[in-house]
Amino acid sequence: MSRFRAFVLKEFYHIFRDRRTAAILFGMPVLQLLLFGYAIRNEINEVKLGICDLSHDTVTRKLTTKLLSTGTFIAIDNLHNPEEINQTFASGLVDEVIVFEPAFASRLQRVGVGHVQVITDGSDPNVSRIITGYTLSVIQDYLREYLKEKSGDTPHAGVISVTVMMFNPALKSVYLFVPGLMALILMLVSALMTSISITREKENGTMEVLLVFSLKPAQIIIGKVVPYVLLAFINLITILALAFFVFGVPCRGSVVLLLLESLLFIGTALSLGIFISTITASQQAAMMISLAGLLLPTILLSGFIFPVASMPLPLQVISNIIPAKWYLIIVRAIMLKGASFSYVWKETMVLVVMTAILVTASIIKFSERLQ
Amino acid sequence: MPDAVIDTLNLTKMFGTFTAVDTLTLSLEKGEIFGFLGANGAGKTTVIKMLTGLLAPTSGSASVAGFDVFKATESIKQNIGYMSQRFSLYEDLTPRENIRFWGGIYGLEKTIIKEKGLDLLNALDLLDVADTRLSSLPLGWKQKLAFSVALLHEPKIIFLDEPTGGVDPVTRRRFWDMIYEKADKGLTVFVTTHYMDEAEYCDRISIMVEGRMAALGTPAALKSEFGAKSIDDLFIRLARR
Amino acid sequence: MTSKTAVRVTGLTKHFGSVEALREINLAIHEGELFGFIGADGAGKTTLFRILCALLLPDKGNAEVLGFDTVTAFREIRKRIGYMPGRFSLYQDLSVEENLRFFATVFGTTIKANYELIKDIYSQLEPFRNRMAGKLSGGMKQKLALSCALVHRPELLLLDEPTTGVDAVSRREFWQMLGKLQKKGITILVSTPYMDEAALCDRIAFLQNGATLGIDTPKGIVSLFTRPLYAVRSLQKHILINTLRQYEHAASVYAFGSCVHYTDKRPSLDQGELQAYLTSCGLNGVQIEHIEPSIEDTFIALLEEKGGLKNA
Repeated sequence: MSRFRAFVLKEFYHIFRDRRTAAILFGMPVLQLLLFGYAIRNEINEVKLGICDLSHDTVTRKLTTKLLSTGTFIAIDNLHNPEEINQTFASGLVDEVIVFEPAFASRLQRVGVGHVQVITDGSDPNVSRIITGYTLSVIQDYLREYLKEKSGDTPHAGVISVTVMMFNPALKSVYLFVPGLMALILMLVSALMTSISITREKENGTMEVLLVFSLKPAQIIIGKVVPYVLLAFINLITILALAFFVFGVPCRGSVVLLLLESLLFIGTALSLGIFISTITASQQAAMMISLAGLLLPTILLSGFIFPVASMPLPLQVISNIIPAKWYLIIVRAIMLKGASFSYVWKETMVLVVMTAILVTASIIKFSERLQ
Repeated sequence: MPDAVIDTLNLTKMFGTFTAVDTLTLSLEKGEIFGFLGANGAGKTTVIKMLTGLLAPTSGSASVAGFDVFKATESIKQNIGYMSQRFSLYEDLTPRENIRFWGGIYGLEKTIIKEKGLDLLNALDLLDVADTRLSSLPLGWKQKLAFSVALLHEPKIIFLDEPTGGVDPVTRRRFWDMIYEKADKGLTVFVTTHYMDEAEYCDRISIMVEGRMAALGTPAALKSEFGAKSIDDLFIRLARR
Repeated sequence: MTSKTAVRVTGLTKHFGSVEALREINLAIHEGELFGFIGADGAGKTTLFRILCALLLPDKGNAEVLGFDTVTAFREIRKRIGYMPGRFSLYQDLSVEENLRFFATVFGTTIKANYELIKDIYSQLEPFRNRMAGKLSGGMKQKLALSCALVHRPELLLLDEPTTGVDAVSRREFWQMLGKLQKKGITILVSTPYMDEAALCDRIAFLQNGATLGIDTPKGIVSLFTRPLYAVRSLQKHILINTLRQYEHAASVYAFGSCVHYTDKRPSLDQGELQAYLTSCGLNGVQIEHIEPSIEDTFIALLEEKGGLKNA
């Protein structure tokens, strides 16, 4: 037991004496959460709007007022000539320009059709699509009421869809990012840090001494891993607390279940890190493999940012071997949907099996001798 | 001495309150082989860094190859060669690629690099392995190549930092044959070593102890001055104190 | 021999890809012996030590350490040996004391329990015990590494190039410590590229290109040098070397410190004749003296004789 304590103590010395590592370990979760929470948002705010009203009648004026009163748009410019549009976009003054055709109100009254042109900056397609959709829905809303008032009945008696967003009615992107960040940070701390710290012993030649000191590989590895389990757990609590207190992300399901599932995921990530360190000889190689082989797929293929369902089939198949994908499903289910274990047992089993395979592979690969 | 290749006067380097090099005064002639000895931490590396323009002295004056170490560090770098065990050639490049790279760094023209490189590979008998990666060549060959590459730009002086570590006694002596040959042609050689018998191969030696030059002279003169049997004896007597 | 055998190596061969790192090595090292392996980088010293520590498996042949086979009983061996690898293998970001305590605890002992064994060495480090190991000088690092290798009181100590890159003073101190440890009954295997350290061992083995060129006591090994050896002196040493090499009867010419060691192809040398030749070539103040060969002379002669110079 004292052997084990000595090992863990030594590992903590390594972590805290290298100020950069310590800063990254403890600062990173906070920084990333704040970044994702504040800076990188999908909601649309403060859209800079330019109006090119070639009609100047009561309807277009009312429509403009309606748009601005939603609070999403800020009026920036009134254009008098459609030819100015290009230049206005190029100078970056506006995100969107709305053009009302001449004699908009009278045409609407006579034919029942008025032409509105919505022009957006397509260089950011996501934002552009969201703005357009939002603008059109506001305009249609208004027109429906206007025509109803005029004629006394609903002109297009077709389907009217009413959308309700379950679990995240306000469509806050923080809800999406928090589970993803949990996966990312736990992966980083557990897999990257352990693989680097084990290969560092190989590089410095201390592994050689430890082996000759009659230590069994399991003792060496457990001694190395325990501190990182602890660190990862601290990070997890930090993220959850920040998410709850700063961004109001709830945990609708059982917190205990969430923590247990996270512990399992930490285990998976650690075994991945150990496995990487058994197949690499240098810190540099371990870092490259961890970054390219773990972090990018965790970000890109797990459903963190891009939904798995919208990926091409080959990527969907690959995404199945990304542990973060399964963890993400579990976390979203527990946190946002309040799901109990009976809903996530399949995903949990996947993680258990992955961990078992990785641990077995590491034991086979880890040699008590040098290659 | 106006023709001196290295000329220092009371050269001093302080790190905070610690005096790493204390009033070093030294003058090396053209073609001289100078052995620079001292225990680990005696200040040898600091002196070499100052003389190669990598570290600014705290006080005193020094010129290397005619250039002032305070003002003309760039000119110094272009007129000296440097070789050490740690910093020499790229292991994952071939001898030819290493020559091409260093020739380019020294600012030599392409045709000259090619011509000189061929001469050099010929002289070292390395033509057969000119396109083999360095990592698979014996250490002795790499040392010879590193020495020659450091002389590609025909510097007036070369600094050798423990150039012969780890090779067998015959290979080491062959390396010294190369040093003698170049020194005869006028190259000044500034060499550090842990092999005390190599110190005897030098024209003059100095022994640094705690930042000061504790002895300076020809090996024979120093031995008789201190009544020591060998340089090894002398070194231990001075360094142990 | 009355003493028991600590290490026995028979027909040991090891390849790395196409490179033959060890070739048919046969050795027997007695208990309590201070045994030196002398050779350049790449001679096979590190590979041999790693096989003896059971860190590498031999391709052919076998090795027994303290009566245990390195392949089948490696755990027994590892409990009983202390090993200091070639490069500094301690934690640079741990202090002197933390390193020593870590290795003691990991081996299930304490610094106190074996303090008497390491006292001589560690007491020199104690003033710096809170300094990070990475900030120690070369000589100090070696002492700390030796303390760590000794902290569990091993029966056999394997030191791979402990003095490489260390200055002459620290090297001498290090060898004095090895002498003291030997007196306490520890068998010591040490490798070194420095010829002058060979004389301090009980027995030595010359290694070159993975093969042994000779195994004997320092006194015994120089008897392998059979030709008469002469030391030639002149102030113009470089010219002297070149002139001697051009002499038609010269067999070998090597610089040795302040003089040049010379052997002749003929069974006996007329010193006057050589003197006359050198004077006629313009050298003055030439002195010729018949001398006893040193260990280094012998190593060079064996290298030439057995063709170990393919990488020179």
